[in-house]
Amino acid sequence: MGRKEIRVAGFGGQGIVLSGSIVGKAASIFDKGFAALTQSYGPESRGGSCRAEVIVSDVPIDYPYVVSPQVQIILSQDAYAEYGRNAPPETLLIVDSDLVKIDPSQNPKPLSIPASRMAQDLGRPVVANIIMLGFLAVRSDIVSCEALKKAILDSVPAGTEDFNMKAFELGYNYDIEHGSEV
Amino acid sequence: MTEYQELTGKFFINGDVACAEGAISAGCRFFAGYPITPATEVAERMSTRLPQVGGIYIQMEDELASMNAVLGASWAGVKAMTATSGPGFSLMMENVGLGVMLETPCVLVNIQRAGPSTGLPTLVGQQDMMQARWGSHGSYEIIALAPISPQDIFDLTITAFDLSEKYRIPVLIMSDEVVGHMSEKVVIPHVAPESLLNRRRPEVPPGEYLPYKTDVGLVPPMAVAGEGYRFHVTGLTHDERGYPVMTADAQDRLIRRLVDKIRLNRDDIIKYKETQVEDADIIVCAYGITTRIAQFAVKMARDEGIRAGLLQLITVWPFAEERVRELSLQTKAFVVPEINYGQIVLEVERCAGGKARTILVPHMGGGVHSPETILEAIRETAQ
Repeated sequence: MGRKEIRVAGFGGQGIVLSGSIVGKAASIFDKGFAALTQSYGPESRGGSCRAEVIVSDVPIDYPYVVSPQVQIILSQDAYAEYGRNAPPETLLIVDSDLVKIDPSQNPKPLSIPASRMAQDLGRPVVANIIMLGFLAVRSDIVSCEALKKAILDSVPAGTEDFNMKAFELGYNYDIEHGSEV
Repeated sequence: MTEYQELTGKFFINGDVACAEGAISAGCRFFAGYPITPATEVAERMSTRLPQVGGIYIQMEDELASMNAVLGASWAGVKAMTATSGPGFSLMMENVGLGVMLETPCVLVNIQRAGPSTGLPTLVGQQDMMQARWGSHGSYEIIALAPISPQDIFDLTITAFDLSEKYRIPVLIMSDEVVGHMSEKVVIPHVAPESLLNRRRPEVPPGEYLPYKTDVGLVPPMAVAGEGYRFHVTGLTHDERGYPVMTADAQDRLIRRLVDKIRLNRDDIIKYKETQVEDADIIVCAYGITTRIAQFAVKMARDEGIRAGLLQLITVWPFAEERVRELSLQTKAFVVPEINYGQIVLEVERCAGGKARTILVPHMGGGVHSPETILEAIRETAQ
């Protein structure tokens, strides 16, 4: 499969670093490949702009940063301005439709899902990132769905596993239900 | 206190956490430190793990006290470690020298950030490489290792403890913010206690023990405080009994031995890794995180038909002097990327001795080189 790169960007508190960690764990522990996660560090990861980058590969990874991402998950307007807008056309752009207003002249075919609203409706806004990962699972083959599920179960606090799986399925099925439209 | 809980398996963890786990696997049971970005997670992990394995974690008032506590714990017979960065490393320097003088096994981890002074607390640097070698006063040798990944820092932390126990010397792990904060898969194996090195204990009865008398080799056996062996340690120049002797003769005997126990064993201590150097016109010499960027650049150079190779310094101190001398006879140039304005390049240049050109590719800190920057230097050198 070679080298694949994913960037998740938004603001601190959206679970961006955890999303990156789950993808990395899924790829390297459960899919048995290699993954390297780098992330924002410091006050910006706790409220300011926040970013996680995961490199996934079937061979050991040398350069640990994004060169040209296959997937970008964008969760804020600022992050869209910084990374989303000018992304190359081959980059799969996934946005939270309630948080990011897309410039259709730049990105005619983004994939969007109102993950934060769906999480709010579930009663727990913190699972928006897990909904997003469910959505990612159908749309990209960088990590397998099974590995993602295992990595989520391995990463979330004890007692919240069922709820997180429910959130994951919600994101997964959203794509199945809205696949042609999004 | 609980029994030793061995943690084995595959984990997706950052370098700081992997370092702490390496220490636990190496048998480290004491940590004293003062949290500082980007080394804090080492302390944090140790504060959780040490109580689980019957060890002691102390958060000290500062870095001077931290290093002293580590030396004291080692004399009490425990494998001990601290971790710091930037200004904290400067504050530990005096007591690193004390550790060298007292021949105290211990490990000091530096997750380097960019300086001088408080500099860029959250961002990467490789700017303490010469301080690692020469930061404490006096004439001495030191051992310093440079890991390139979370798995590597786990493995090298075990190596660091082994070397410190074998040679009775503080061993420095000169890592950096990127390795410290990057997460990757780390395989933690079962580490059999008998595979680890431990300081030699005195074999003579307590009445006959002299704490700095060598028997075989240059490293004397070390007693544990409180086990009945009488000993005296001092930072002053001392004789075999450990008592101060203020003469040039005593100084000559002691300093020669402290330095020679490392210099004469350099083949055992120095580790490096070579990739495609056999036919290389240009050898990139790198250490720490920069190695991985260099690897990427060397691959790109090979794709362009440039005969480039990579020399990775795993042990930075003592410097792989003889190997660089040998390579300087078969290659045209060394390219040395480092996240500072020229430190290890000075060693490479000295050892190349004019036989091969030496080109520095500096980065002032706050990020890593782009692969293209190193590739460009390779291209220019190749012309």
